[in-house]
Order: sequence, then C-alpha cells, then structure tokens
Amino acid sequence: MTTTSLIVRAATRILVGLLLVFSFYMLLRGHNEPGGGFIGGLVGATGFILYAIAHGCRAAREALRVEPQSIAMVGLGIALLAGVMAYLFGDAPFTGQWLFLWPDPAAGDKGVPLSNILIFDVGVYLVVLGSVLTLVLTLEEEV
Amino acid sequence: MAESSGRTLGGPAGWISILIPAGLFLWFAQFIPAVAAGEVLLWRFNWVPSLGVSVGMLLDGLSLTFALLITGIGALVTLYSASYLGGHTHYTRFVCYLLAFMAGMLGLVLSDNLLALFVFWEITTISSYLLIGFNADEEKSRRNALQALLVTGTGGLAFLAGIVLIGTAAGTFELSEIEGSLVDHALYLPIFWLVILGAFTKSAQVPFHFWLPNAMAAPTPVSAYLHSATMVKGGVYLLARMNPTLGGSDIWFWTLVIFGGVTAVFASLLAIRQTDIKQVLAYTTLMALGTLVMFIGVGTEAAILGAMTFLLVHSLYKAALFLMIGVVDHGTGTREATVLRGLWRKMPVTMVAAMLAAASMAGLPPLFGFIGKEFLYKASLEGPALFWVTGCAFAASALMFACAGVVAWRPFTGKLAKTPVEAHEGPVAMLAGPLLLAALGLGLGLAPNYAEPLVGPATTAVLGAPYAVDLYLFKEVNVAFILSLLTFAAGLALYAWHVRLRTALAHFKPRFDPGWDGLMGAVAAGSKGLTRTIQTGQLRRYIFVTFASLAVVVGYAIWRGGLALEIPEMQELRAKHWSVLIFIMAGALLTAFTNSRMTAVAALGVVGVGVALIFIMFGAPDVAITQLLVEVLQVVLVAVAMLKLPQLNTERVNRLRAWDLALSIAIGAMITVVLLAVMQAPLDLRLTEFFEATSAPIAFGRNIVNVILVDFRALDTFGEIAVVVIAALGAFALLRGTKGERS
Repeated sequence: MTTTSLIVRAATRILVGLLLVFSFYMLLRGHNEPGGGFIGGLVGATGFILYAIAHGCRAAREALRVEPQSIAMVGLGIALLAGVMAYLFGDAPFTGQWLFLWPDPAAGDKGVPLSNILIFDVGVYLVVLGSVLTLVLTLEEEV
Repeated sequence: MAESSGRTLGGPAGWISILIPAGLFLWFAQFIPAVAAGEVLLWRFNWVPSLGVSVGMLLDGLSLTFALLITGIGALVTLYSASYLGGHTHYTRFVCYLLAFMAGMLGLVLSDNLLALFVFWEITTISSYLLIGFNADEEKSRRNALQALLVTGTGGLAFLAGIVLIGTAAGTFELSEIEGSLVDHALYLPIFWLVILGAFTKSAQVPFHFWLPNAMAAPTPVSAYLHSATMVKGGVYLLARMNPTLGGSDIWFWTLVIFGGVTAVFASLLAIRQTDIKQVLAYTTLMALGTLVMFIGVGTEAAILGAMTFLLVHSLYKAALFLMIGVVDHGTGTREATVLRGLWRKMPVTMVAAMLAAASMAGLPPLFGFIGKEFLYKASLEGPALFWVTGCAFAASALMFACAGVVAWRPFTGKLAKTPVEAHEGPVAMLAGPLLLAALGLGLGLAPNYAEPLVGPATTAVLGAPYAVDLYLFKEVNVAFILSLLTFAAGLALYAWHVRLRTALAHFKPRFDPGWDGLMGAVAAGSKGLTRTIQTGQLRRYIFVTFASLAVVVGYAIWRGGLALEIPEMQELRAKHWSVLIFIMAGALLTAFTNSRMTAVAALGVVGVGVALIFIMFGAPDVAITQLLVEVLQVVLVAVAMLKLPQLNTERVNRLRAWDLALSIAIGAMITVVLLAVMQAPLDLRLTEFFEATSAPIAFGRNIVNVILVDFRALDTFGEIAVVVIAALGAFALLRGTKGERS
C-alpha cells in the first residue's frame, strides 16, 4: 500500500521524524504529565505506519532495522527485568527503586530522578511499538 | 520379539529395572516382623500444605502385602522382560513405562493421603495406557489402550469426586485420621456410588469388565504384572481400604455381593468360551476380581480373611501362568488351545511351573490355592446371603478348575502336535519367574503359617479391628471340604465337556465391546455435530451470538434486580456537550446505514473521536490521547483488511438488517439502563483519594494514571503487555501461515 502522492511523500519526510521525537517526549514526560509508554509507543508506531504508507512496507522494515516482533519481545524482556530488579534491593518484584542524581537540598532540589519505573515504561513503549507494527505491516503485506 | 540382542538381560536398562524392585522388595520385607506384631508405620511430610495434601506413607498389613506383591512380582517380571523384550527397539522405553507404573502402584497402596492416592491412581492409569499400547503400530493396540484409559479414567474422575466428599464428611484426607464409619453421614450415598464407580472400573467389574480382556493386547509381561497381579487389584485395594469407613451398610453389602458374584460367574463362562489361552487367563482374572469384591462385600471376619488369602493365592498363580503363556508363545509361536498338545517332552520345566500354578488355580490340595478356596467356602457358609454367595463361589470355582485344565493340562499332555515354530524350552531368565511363583504356591500350601504374617495384619487392616489368624491345610471333614470335593467333580465334568461347552457358548455373543464402539461413535458424532453448529466460521454469526447472549444475561439480571431508575438531570449539559453527542450519533447512524464498507469504517472512527472529545471535556487527557491513537490505528488496520474483501452484497445485507436492528436496540437499551443504574450508586472515591495523596510523595509522579500503570499496578501492566505481544505474534503466525499455504 504505497501512495504516489507527492504531498504525502514530502510531508512524511518531516512528519516521521517529528512523530518519533514526539513519541520519546511522550514517553519521558509520562510520569508527571499526560503521556507514558503506551501512548508513546502508539505515536511511534503511527510514525512508522505513515512511512510505510508513503514508501512501502519494505522501506519501513528497513528503517526499523529489526523485525517488529523482536522489538516487542525485547520490550517484554526489558519490562520483566525492570520488575525483577527490585529483588536486588530486597523488595517485592515491580517495586519502584529510585536514585536522585546531583541533589541540591539547599535549593530544595531533589535532583534528577532515575528509576526502574522508567525502564519498565521503556519496555511498555517497545512492546506497543513492536506489536502494533507487527500487526499493521504483516496485514499490509498480506494485501 | 525376543530376538537375541547380544546384550545380557537387556543391557543397563534391564539391570536397573531388575535391581530397583528387587531392592525395594528386600527393603519392604524388613518390616514384616513389625507389621506382623500389629504395628502400623506412618511417615509423613507436607507436600501442598495449602490444599491439605501431604505425602504420607502408611504401612500396615494391607499395604505391606500389596507392596511386597508389587515389588516381588515386579522383580520377576522385569527379569522376564529383559529376556522377552530385551532385543526390542523400544526396550528402554518399555522399562521406563514399567518402572513408572511400579512407582504409581506403590504410591497408590502406600499413600496415607487420599489426594496423593488419587494422583498415584492416575499414574497407574496413564502408564497402563502406555503399556497396553506399547505395540503402537497395531491399530488394535491403540484402540484397546484408549478404551482402558477412558474406562478407568472416567472411574478415576468419579473417585476424585468421592474423595472430595470423603474429605468434607470426615474432615480429613488422611486415611489414618478418618475415625469411625461414615455410613450414617448425610453424604454417604454419593460417596458410596462415586467410590464404587472408581473401584469397579479399575477392577473391571461387570458392566465395566470389557476393557480388561482387550488390555491383553499388551506384551505378556505387562499382562502378567498389571492385569493380573497389581493394577486391576487397585480397585480391590480401594474397597478393602475403605471397608472400615464405608463398609457395613446394606447397600455396600448388596452392591458388592451382587456385582462381584455376577462378575465371577459371568467371567468364568466367558473364559471357557475362549480358545486363546491368554484370553482364558484374562477372563479368569475377572473371576478372581469378582470373587474378591464379593467377599469384601460380605464383610464378616471369615470373609475378609478368605479374601486376603485368595488375593495372595491369585497373585502368585496368575502371574506364574501369564509368564508361562509367554514362554509357550515364544517356544511354539501360538497360544491357541486347539493347537497346543503334548508339550511335556519339549518343554518340561515350563510344564512343571504350569502344572503347579494351575493346580493352585484349580484349588487342589496341597497347594495354597486349596487353602484359599477352602477359607472362602467356610466364610460363605457362615455368612449372610448364604445361597447366593456359596452358589457363585461354587460355580466360579468349578469353572476355574476346568479353565486350569484348558490352560495347563491339555497343552502339555497327549501326543505332540505340530506348532508354527518347532517347540523348544524357554531361556532361564524367562523360566525363573513362573517357576519361583509356582513353587511359592506349593510351599505356602504345605506350610501356610508362613503366609500368616502377611494375611493376618492385612485382615486386621481391612476389618479395622484386631483379628487373630490361623491358616491350615486340613483339620477335619466339614461342609466346606465336601463342597471342595464336589467342586473337583463338577470341574472334572466341565473339563471333559469343555470343547462342547465352548462351541455352545460361542453362539452367545456379549454386546459390551460393540456397545462401547457405538458409544464412542455417538460421542464423536455428537461433538462433530455440535462443533458444526457452533463453529460456523462466520464472524458475523459469532458476534451476533456473543452480543445476544450478553443482552439476554444482563437483561435478565436487570429484570431480576428490579431497578428503580431516575431520569438524570439534563440541565447541566451545555451546547458543547450537545454538539459532541450529535456528532457521535451522526457517526453511528452513518456506520449503520451506509452501503460502503470504507464509509462505515471512517464513520466508526468518527464515533471514536467523539468519545475522545468527551474524555477531554471531563478531564482525562491520558485516556483521550490513547483513545484517539487507537481509533486512528483501528481505522488504518480495518481499512487495510477491507481492501481484500469483495464488494458489499447490499441485497443480502439488507435482509439481515432487521435482526441486527433488534439486537442493536436491545444492547443500546441495556447499556443505557446499566449506566443509569451505575450513576445512581454513590461514587466510592477512596481509591482515587489514596492515589491522589500518595502518587507524588511515594511514587514521585504527578500523573496518577501513569503512576498507577507503571508503579502501583506494574504487575498487572506486565501481564497486559505480555498479552499484547502474544496477540501480535498470534496474528503474525496466522497471517504468515495462510500465506505459506497459498504460495
């Protein structure tokens, strides 16, 4: 399902990049603002689907470099590892573990938060991205 | 089958399979003095504490007798198999099955916990299935194995239900902790029938007897081991074990006595009818099982003593005879009673074993079989239902005498007849088992007090009360003794006439086996028809049925609930709300009434976008974003899929629209009512308050929805994304799979 429309092709060139950047942005802001891994993954998938519509599924697969179903599996593995990480700190699985970098108590700044929660969300992101692309690309190639 | 493998006794697999049961036999033998002194040994450790399943080993007279039979005969049978099947391609597999069965059988008779007992019970069923179907190349083997599995497996399920009820009634699953009798309990009848069903299928009582003769499709050592000495006695073991708990009622007495008696006589008649010696033995096994069940049913002290003695007698001579048949089959190439004659010159050792074992089977003095029969007669003459029990025992014993003649006397005496293979003696490993077992029958007959340490405690265990045993060969001339003499006379007459009897009985064809095939055929046809009705392969019908069921179930619940609905306040709705609602309704109407699939998909997308707008207006941006994205993807996906579909057949679709309309209205009305009902219920905000209060301080996030997803309920989310991956992979496999098929 490729389109010959010049407008779509030209717009795709800019839009795909923007969509992917936006999907990361959605993923990272998720903890405090609307967003998160699920939404980010959907936006990312939309980017690749747009690319597939404009340039064909083969091109989209080449741009992905990895099979989408592998992306989904890796995402599932990352999410599991993020959950199991809590064991290392003696907690129940999927308990949040936080690390604050460069805190500045004087200024009331807790520092840059890092946690396994973010890793888990990255896993969710990859699962959604990979699964949706698996479905759409396979279905489109089928037609 | 028994080609020389060039390895001694089947190689390492053979040695292991012989040494394990032999070692276990010696280990169990050390407990004989303690158990004979009246001790009950109990070891226990918790297995699944939450379900009350412990693995306990209960060693009393009954389980010790069985354990010794299982390991002792097991060692002889494995020794025999090493020679009989040692060269077989799948000999190692055979040994694994046999040892698995042995483990299951030992667990069955040693378990103190009823649930553990059931697990072992099923292990014996499954390993028996594998052993009967060992010659899996033959269709008959597979069919008979499946029959045995289904019959005993069905009984096993009934037994499991019975166990659960016993656990409820007695308050424990431990055999050693069940106190007193359950006869007066309200659940007694269901427990009784369920346990009886399990025991009767396992021990092949009429009308479930037909699987056992068919199970003779198994290799001979298996028949000797499973289908005479051990597995089929599992049901007898169960009845004996349950006697203190479930026995003593009228229904117990009559059920066991009638079914056991019918099985014993009916099976003896069928045995005479056979010409294949192995089949004769198979049916005489049924007779023995029937006799055991009948006397456990009689339940007097003398009857239990007789049953326990007969149990030991039968295991010894029947295993010996089955193994002997294997030697004859191997040495002559046939098992036909009409062909085999005069083998005494060619197979003298086999003859000695066969004659001794058959004499025990016929109940001739001074063999152990005589004592067994004598004690049964004594018990039947003293017990209740005298004429029925004595009559059945007499008829079965006389027929047994004749069968013993057919099996062991006729093939070895007379003039040597021509056989497919030049008749020759079997190897030592195959002769050791039958000879030893037959000699034991003679030894215990001459010195029956050596059997007392086993029979006595076993009787005590079954009765649930101490009982002093005195076994003897002959004391005085009494009614039982005269009955024995009459049995011999009747047996001799039957043997003399057995050829004519066989011809006469051949006209009589039992309908059990064809009936079973008919039942299986009906089940297959029924499920095929059901599948064809339910699985039409039409998506629209599946969806219709699904939603119609939903409408009916929820509608019924609403009607039963007797809801009083209030019309909600509409004044709060502003123009923006109204416009979104109209937007959604327009989309829905367009979806329903357009004649183009593409338009319908796009219109459905409009409905979804409208819903997303509602989410935004009521402050759920996360949900709104997700809804929008999913809506877009769904339109893309469905649109792609629809490119494949043919043009919509407007005429056909319009015919079905009336139904769809009715269903849509029903679903719409139902959802409306449910929503109105939900709005009337007070809103419980405790969870929301908890998350609002704790999200930022504990989980360091201000977006509650996301914090719930990735932190508070991360495990749920993990499960959900796993489902997403599986769904995607499933769709991938399906799409790619059909592609490969077409190209």
